[in-house]
Amino acid sequence: MTSSMNPAIVATDLRKSYGDKVVLNGIDLMITEGTIFALLGPNGAGKTTTVQILSTLIDADGGNARVFGHDLTREPDAVRALIGVTGQFSAVDNLLTGRENLILMADLCHLDRAAGRRRIADLLDQFDLTEAAGKPVSTYSGGMRRRLDLAMTLVGEPRVIFLDEPTTGLDPRSRRAMWHIIRALAAEGVTILLTTQYLEEADQLADRVAFLDHGRLIAEGTPRELKRLIPGGHVVLQFADQEGLDSAARTFGAATRDDAALTLQVPSDGGVGSLRSLLDQLDRASISVAGLSVHTPDLDDVFLTLTGQPDTRASRPDHERAPAR
Amino acid sequence: MSTLSLAVRDSSTMLRRNLLHMRRYPSMTFLLIGIPIIILLLFVYVFGGTLGAGLGPSGDRSQYANYVTPGILLITVVSAAQGTAISVAMDMTEGIIARFRTMSIFRPSVLTGHVLGSLVQTMLSLAAVTVVALLVGFRPTANPVEWLAAIGVLAMITFALTWLSVALGLVSDSVETASNLPMPLILLPFLGSGFVPTDSMPTAVRWFADYQPFTPVMETLRGLLLGTGIGANGIIAIVWCAVITVGCFLWAKALYNRNRTA
Repeated sequence: MTSSMNPAIVATDLRKSYGDKVVLNGIDLMITEGTIFALLGPNGAGKTTTVQILSTLIDADGGNARVFGHDLTREPDAVRALIGVTGQFSAVDNLLTGRENLILMADLCHLDRAAGRRRIADLLDQFDLTEAAGKPVSTYSGGMRRRLDLAMTLVGEPRVIFLDEPTTGLDPRSRRAMWHIIRALAAEGVTILLTTQYLEEADQLADRVAFLDHGRLIAEGTPRELKRLIPGGHVVLQFADQEGLDSAARTFGAATRDDAALTLQVPSDGGVGSLRSLLDQLDRASISVAGLSVHTPDLDDVFLTLTGQPDTRASRPDHERAPAR
Repeated sequence: MSTLSLAVRDSSTMLRRNLLHMRRYPSMTFLLIGIPIIILLLFVYVFGGTLGAGLGPSGDRSQYANYVTPGILLITVVSAAQGTAISVAMDMTEGIIARFRTMSIFRPSVLTGHVLGSLVQTMLSLAAVTVVALLVGFRPTANPVEWLAAIGVLAMITFALTWLSVALGLVSDSVETASNLPMPLILLPFLGSGFVPTDSMPTAVRWFADYQPFTPVMETLRGLLLGTGIGANGIIAIVWCAVITVGCFLWAKALYNRNRTA
């Protein structure tokens, strides 16, 4: 991460409604150049709409935004020259081969022929697509398609990249590969705004995270800052019998006990040092433990605490505006 | 880069994209050439004897082959236009259109690429249909200049109808609609001077046939290829084509810019 403090994206009070459904209800964003910013939220929270507005695809009803100082509505072409977008739905030409798709981008970015071919060869190599380059995209797997999609976005060497749910629908291995690529891009100084509904993804990648819920930002900060918003982690000790639980409860005063499950929940930061001292204490008191699990707070806990809606992600219908298929 | 050179460069890039699509999936092209050829064969070999006799005392099947060819050429143009509407509607469902919209390119280049691609495709179809017409008895009397002028007239009406079909493809909410909307166009050569002279029609139909845009185009082609009188039809054809082209270009452009969310 290069941490110059130049703002790459500044948005103020963005608003958008479709009919009487308010999708964005006043969003402010400040994204520093060269950082990864994650917009996190359930389906229908307004993530895609935010990306569509910031990438000049649709107009906001209110508010304004700038990308490297260029106003979105007054200088859309200046903004377009700086950005790259990889949307939720693959933006590749299915009737062409992978290489032809990249050539199309190189031509539209007005690269000269030699520079274009070099760039394409590099990208095919970097994204592990050299072998499949001559095959029609319609034969590609989901992961390959997503990699090609991102490679196409990168042909013009954009300074800001919007990634709308870049790993949704990918298998774990392809997801790891995508994370690797995203980190490498940020390391080169590219500014990245990514949306995700996976809290782990935001935790893994982002320098800063904003939670979006019902068209509003409900919290923003580094993953560490956000995790501090809720009570810390703990260790759960599992006992074989009531006796063990009783003596352990006496040993650790500030603990929550569950008699039915024979568990004791002891506050802890989950670090090796504190675990060792915890085990030492158990040893000294000659208490035998049947099992132990460490729970550190993750962004999931933060999100659920902030929204107070434990089941929103699973059960809310998809209101996000998606391109018609 | 100036707006014009940007427009030319991006449009030719998009043209290459459309030509690649056509080359890789030629079945559509063959289907679109097939329709006019079937109608040609049907009208020359099934109806040609009777309809030829109606052309005058010396009329026969071979004279009818001459008479019907300009109408068949317009059927070819319309058939190709239907293909354009379909491919535009299909293209708009692709995610790559959203990508193009977020790129710093000449915005209508997606559309101009389709139009130029269709123009190439239609001219090739017209060449193929003309060859078949020659085989079944079409005997043009045109000199090279008249041939060039006829090609120009065909390019002009193709350009106009292609912009119309691009707009129809954009206004359609599904590929099925896009396939159906241009259908009525295929009737226009019939409801004009394409298959029988308009003076054989009842008054109301004749009035429509005389004043609709396809008739002056077909009469101009007939005059250039076969030496019949053109009169004012040449000018009327040019005006019609210009009006349709400009109107449909503006319509298509507005539709493309409106559909921003995809």
